[in-house]
Amino acid sequence: MSAYDLPNKNGHFGPYGGIFVAETLISALEDLREQYEFYRHDANFQSEFAEELKHYVGRPSPIYHAKRWSEHLGGAQILLKREDLNHTGAHKINNTIGQALLARRMGKKRVIAETGAGQHGVASATVAARYGMECVVYMGSEDVKRQATNVYRMKLLGATVVPVESGSRTLKDALNEAMRDWVTNVENTFYIIGTVAGPHPYPMMVRDFQVVIGNEAKIQMQEDFTRQPDALIACVGGGSNAIGLFYPYIDDVNVQLIGVEAAGKGIDTDQHAATLSMGRPGVLHGNRTYLIQDENGQIVETHSISAGLDYPGVGPEHAWLKDCGRAEYVAITDDEALEAFHTLCRYEGIMPALESSHALAYAAKYAPTLPKDKLLLVNLSGRGDKDMATVAQMSGLTL
Amino acid sequence: MNLDSIKNLLSFFSGQSDINRTHRIAKTFAELKEQNRKALIPFITAGDPHPKYTVQLMHQLVQSGADIIELGVPFSDPMADGPTIQRSSERALKYHVSLDDVLKLVAEFRKTNTNTPIVLMGYANPVEALGHVSFAAKARDCGVDGVLIVDYPPEESSEWVQCLEQHQIDAIFLLSPTTHQQRIEQVAKMAKGYIYYVSLKGVTGASHLDLQDVSTMLKQLRQYISLPIGVGFGIRDGVTAKAVAELSDAVVVGSRIIEEIEKSSESDLFSNVGSLVKALRDAIDKN
Repeated sequence: MSAYDLPNKNGHFGPYGGIFVAETLISALEDLREQYEFYRHDANFQSEFAEELKHYVGRPSPIYHAKRWSEHLGGAQILLKREDLNHTGAHKINNTIGQALLARRMGKKRVIAETGAGQHGVASATVAARYGMECVVYMGSEDVKRQATNVYRMKLLGATVVPVESGSRTLKDALNEAMRDWVTNVENTFYIIGTVAGPHPYPMMVRDFQVVIGNEAKIQMQEDFTRQPDALIACVGGGSNAIGLFYPYIDDVNVQLIGVEAAGKGIDTDQHAATLSMGRPGVLHGNRTYLIQDENGQIVETHSISAGLDYPGVGPEHAWLKDCGRAEYVAITDDEALEAFHTLCRYEGIMPALESSHALAYAAKYAPTLPKDKLLLVNLSGRGDKDMATVAQMSGLTL
Repeated sequence: MNLDSIKNLLSFFSGQSDINRTHRIAKTFAELKEQNRKALIPFITAGDPHPKYTVQLMHQLVQSGADIIELGVPFSDPMADGPTIQRSSERALKYHVSLDDVLKLVAEFRKTNTNTPIVLMGYANPVEALGHVSFAAKARDCGVDGVLIVDYPPEESSEWVQCLEQHQIDAIFLLSPTTHQQRIEQVAKMAKGYIYYVSLKGVTGASHLDLQDVSTMLKQLRQYISLPIGVGFGIRDGVTAKAVAELSDAVVVGSRIIEEIEKSSESDLFSNVGSLVKALRDAIDKN
């Protein structure tokens, strides 16, 4: 079997990915593709990126053996890749630094971003402040209401937050609006997409900036445990933290890759965001991928307790990894994620993001079915401080 | 199988289907050229403001001077459109207007109009949900003449264009001020019917059209493109329409008409849209 080498030059992962955008965006994407193709092989660019990750983000993030929790579950050992310890509290910053450095080299003084929960918006506002760029963040007006703290955080960092009133007023509509801004202001503006979706080269580029997670893990596993894990588990909304961890392991076929989607109130209800489990292939936001849609091809509203997983699409590379059988995708409900959130707080003194809690919840189901010498590496993609109000509300409290 | 579909099948195999049907767009442009006139192509979204008005609105557009109608297929996420056309999509989707419904509306229109070309304009996903082949077959049977899928650029379109061609439907493509020469040549090879030149950067409904830019770009496009060229985006009044008509073969007006629909009530919907289109027509035809 030849080594995995996708996407192809047209941005396709099997039948997925591609460049499904209006003609008005094509030249901007071609420009981005050429520039990125140059800088991804440019030693200067790569060393500046590595320096920023080390000194500004605080990488490498450690792998932590959750012994007490593993013991409690009574099966495989659970290891946590601590992306929650990054500056700004999640893996999102890896990607925004990469794209901001590229924007700077392309001479763009203004960056725009879409955000759902606000984590990617915060990470974008952070790097814009760091590099002295203007930053505009598009956020569905529903999300603006739900995530008031992150909205204020972005404003403190000097960003302008634009509430989006169209469609379902959530992440997908914010993405539509950011695309419209980009097409209008393309000369001076760089669009920082927050996940491994969108038209080529975004799925590849965002993956490349997140791959540091998996690359570090490979070295750390060898150093600390003298072997690689038996399975990797990560939550999947768009799928950037998951692909960042999975990618260096794709050719290591003995390592199981498990993506965990949001089952919301249950995949048998109409309130979930389990795109790969329940969706059908289609075209949205510039790429072909699995989508949650009705029988007429209209995109329908999704639901998850975690705003970061509340998206009707998924990165095209995940769609391909599912179809070719290399990765498997499972779904975890709001309730299961919430339980994992509380358990990790109590057993390990770590408060996980609700997104990451989905991966933890699946690990909690899977570990007891395995012997104690098996190793599960879970991507703890973000910390849960931002979710305290949601969790309190679910417990019937108001903060 | 009914009589019509047997006829279609026969004509498909004989390769000689009804000329009137299959070449409506080319025929329209040829006739206009003979009369030394330019085409007016209004856009409305099917189902806006309510599906029950769409067919009558289409007839109204023709009566007031439309040569070709661009009929928008509503989509939940119209990324390339500005707020005006986006709202029209949302209004139509309140009534769950599907691509299948849009095709039925076209078939209804065709009962009393067999001459005016109809071009569907929309996004990829509703077409993908129906399937390329079954969409193309249905569209052909309903009397659709051309299709423009905004998020199918040429590099993702080879199978799609082939499918439309087999069903004798014109694949319409966009060109923009930022399209470079190599792509213009590529589009020139794939496109049928006419080329839709997006006259400015941004989304539909924006309002900063630079006629000098349009003129320069159209001269460049003509070196590679023999099809008629329509210009759209940012045409809001008779004066601009006239100026654009002098440079191009067709004037496409969308957001301005949707605005008229938006501000009209049931009682003056047809007269308001009618007078707007008539005014554009008169301005374009004025010597």
